[in-house]
Amino acid sequence: MKRSPRFLFWLIILLTLVSMFINVPNLQKISLGPIKNLDIDPSSFLRTFGIGKNLEFRRGLDLEGGTSITFKAETSDVPKDQMPDALNSAKTVIEKRINLFGVSEPVIQTATVNGDSRIIVELPGVTDVNQAINLIGTTAQLSFWEQGASESARQASPSAYPLGIVEVLGQNAKKTDLSGGDLQRSSVTFDQNTGNPQIQLVFSGKGAKKFADITKRNVNRIVAMVLDNQVIEAPRVNQAILTGDAVITGSFTLAQAKLLSTELNAGALPVPLSVLEQRVIGPTLGIESLKKSFLAGAIGFLIIVIFMSILYGRLGAVASLALAVYSLLVLSIFKISNLTPYGITLTLSGIAGFILSIGMAVDANILIFERIKEEKRLGKKQEESIEIGFSKAWPSIRDSNISTLITSAILYEFGTGVVKGFALVLAIGVLVSMFSAIVVTRTFLRFFYEK
Amino acid sequence: MKNKTLDIIGKKNLYFALSLIVVTPGLIALLLFGLNLSIDFTGGSRLTVSFKDKIEKQKIDGIKQSLISQNIKVYTVEQSKNQVYFRTNPISQKQNVHFVSELSKNFKGAKETQFETIGPTIGAETTANAIKAVILASILIILYITWSFRKVPKPASSLRFGVSAIIALIHDALVVLGIFAILGHFFGVEVDSLFVTALLTVIGFSVHDTIVVFDRIRENLRRSQGSFPQIVNDSILQTLDRSLNTSLTVLLVLFALLLFGGETIKWFVVALLIGVTSGTYSSIFNAAPILVVWQEWSEKRKSKN
Repeated sequence: MKRSPRFLFWLIILLTLVSMFINVPNLQKISLGPIKNLDIDPSSFLRTFGIGKNLEFRRGLDLEGGTSITFKAETSDVPKDQMPDALNSAKTVIEKRINLFGVSEPVIQTATVNGDSRIIVELPGVTDVNQAINLIGTTAQLSFWEQGASESARQASPSAYPLGIVEVLGQNAKKTDLSGGDLQRSSVTFDQNTGNPQIQLVFSGKGAKKFADITKRNVNRIVAMVLDNQVIEAPRVNQAILTGDAVITGSFTLAQAKLLSTELNAGALPVPLSVLEQRVIGPTLGIESLKKSFLAGAIGFLIIVIFMSILYGRLGAVASLALAVYSLLVLSIFKISNLTPYGITLTLSGIAGFILSIGMAVDANILIFERIKEEKRLGKKQEESIEIGFSKAWPSIRDSNISTLITSAILYEFGTGVVKGFALVLAIGVLVSMFSAIVVTRTFLRFFYEK
Repeated sequence: MKNKTLDIIGKKNLYFALSLIVVTPGLIALLLFGLNLSIDFTGGSRLTVSFKDKIEKQKIDGIKQSLISQNIKVYTVEQSKNQVYFRTNPISQKQNVHFVSELSKNFKGAKETQFETIGPTIGAETTANAIKAVILASILIILYITWSFRKVPKPASSLRFGVSAIIALIHDALVVLGIFAILGHFFGVEVDSLFVTALLTVIGFSVHDTIVVFDRIRENLRRSQGSFPQIVNDSILQTLDRSLNTSLTVLLVLFALLLFGGETIKWFVVALLIGVTSGTYSSIFNAAPILVVWQEWSEKRKSKN
């Protein structure tokens, strides 16, 4: 297998340049000699391809600061076949609530562990866990409001009113006793005349009676439907509805109608959440950890470069170059992964895993160089020694790295949180390190020793 | 070849004894005291209170009292620079809010920077998962080595390579666990889920190191005609430079992490330092010599029959 080292060499250089470009920090308005006000932003390149996401590291809560809450969904009342739906509706509701909260990049996951249904919520930058739990913990609430009789019937100050209620019902709006809990289910149907999507509500027996009462006393008046503290529709009641069926016509797109129906079902489905676990990491602690890990990583890398150069001279210097390429590649993978649904979140343990994988990458190089030394001692020529060194070191590198991959796969499978992140980073690191040791180092050596 | 005078296999019993000396105290500590498990495993709460200025003992006691006055059991109080860690039974949201308001009222310059509560369910799960992971990883590694060394020439057998690697692995895990049992009992060092990560990394590294030596034995068995102990000894010496260089590199990086990496990962790094050192030792002085002992033992049995 004698591929041209020149071709591979330039390919690796190209790959490295792309990685460097990806890893360039986002800088605004800097001056480089004669060039003034230069904006450096690798993500702008993506935008020309119509990709709206940014090339960034996704930092875990331990580096960013924030709140992580694990809820247990009490799904014992929910029939088994409806469980995934119930859980997903709950997730949708939580997502919407968090968006109201204005959190950037929240992570909301559902998980089933030992038959328990869980919802894990991570809120970067949020340290008021109390507010977060209150916001998330209550189930989606649908309520119905009517016009109050007089000023004296006012229940609360207008500031406690749902958004938009005063505009449709005036200052005396009054909440009725009908709520999402009285809802049996909701579904998306289509208006027979216009063909527009609408939301069909079916009330339970008790709910139907309440609804009948409300519509009876509000004929020719407005009744407002409020979801999550916001008026979503305020139709005029034309006649009393006794069947317990209602329709929200609104002007929805099909997607909007479906989403709303899901949310209503979630509100109607009582899936109480209880807090299993919560962590709050102060922002200063997170940033401090990040700075320190970064420093430690840089120093560690420098130590390796010095050590390798002392031990193996020119070979060591080449290996250090390969290691730099290795680091750039892994960091690029972290950044690129966040453009896909399988984003890698960098945590403290993940950084430890990355540094460990650098150690393993170094080991591969050391294995190879020791073999090269041995071959040279036997009197072989430099280039020949390099080729034989690589092929003889390969079985060790392969077997040892595969055993590490086995360990990381199991860690990923059984681990939770911290351990999972570590395992993923270690596995990626090991895979790239094999590429780095076998392809990058070898190509560099072939290129530099080529006659 | 240099180092020709070094006879590791000949002195194998000495090296086994050295391992025993290191492992035994830790093992006793492990059996007597167990590990000092963090709330990751037991469930409970952990509060970190950071101070702006110097911490006075009085303040810490005051904060402890304000926790106790809410019927919170305080298990341990630890101080490190300007931070104080309180470990308690699970604290509810309400209790925490109350505590934070008390803190800002009565203790100027003190702030709750971290608050964790882990329910007992999650704790039990983490423990179960950790044990499962270690056992499963060991089994799969034995299987992989047995398969990968299947073509190893007689008199060696591939299963022996797998089992010897696992014995070395157990040795390393015991060294780390034992030392942390001692550290936990006398210095209050806790074992958390990050420690599990460290332990599993040590296991991975241990096998990684052992395989490199075994690979050399496999290669030399195919070529040379010497006695089995001689081949093993040669293989150890041939890989010695690599083993030491690699371990030194990794240890240097770990030292950098220890010095500059911050408080959060300190014990994680310590566990790795111990494990990597032990892993290097065991791959050279335990794993390969065990192959020889096994070989001699099975030959004796054959000659008796």
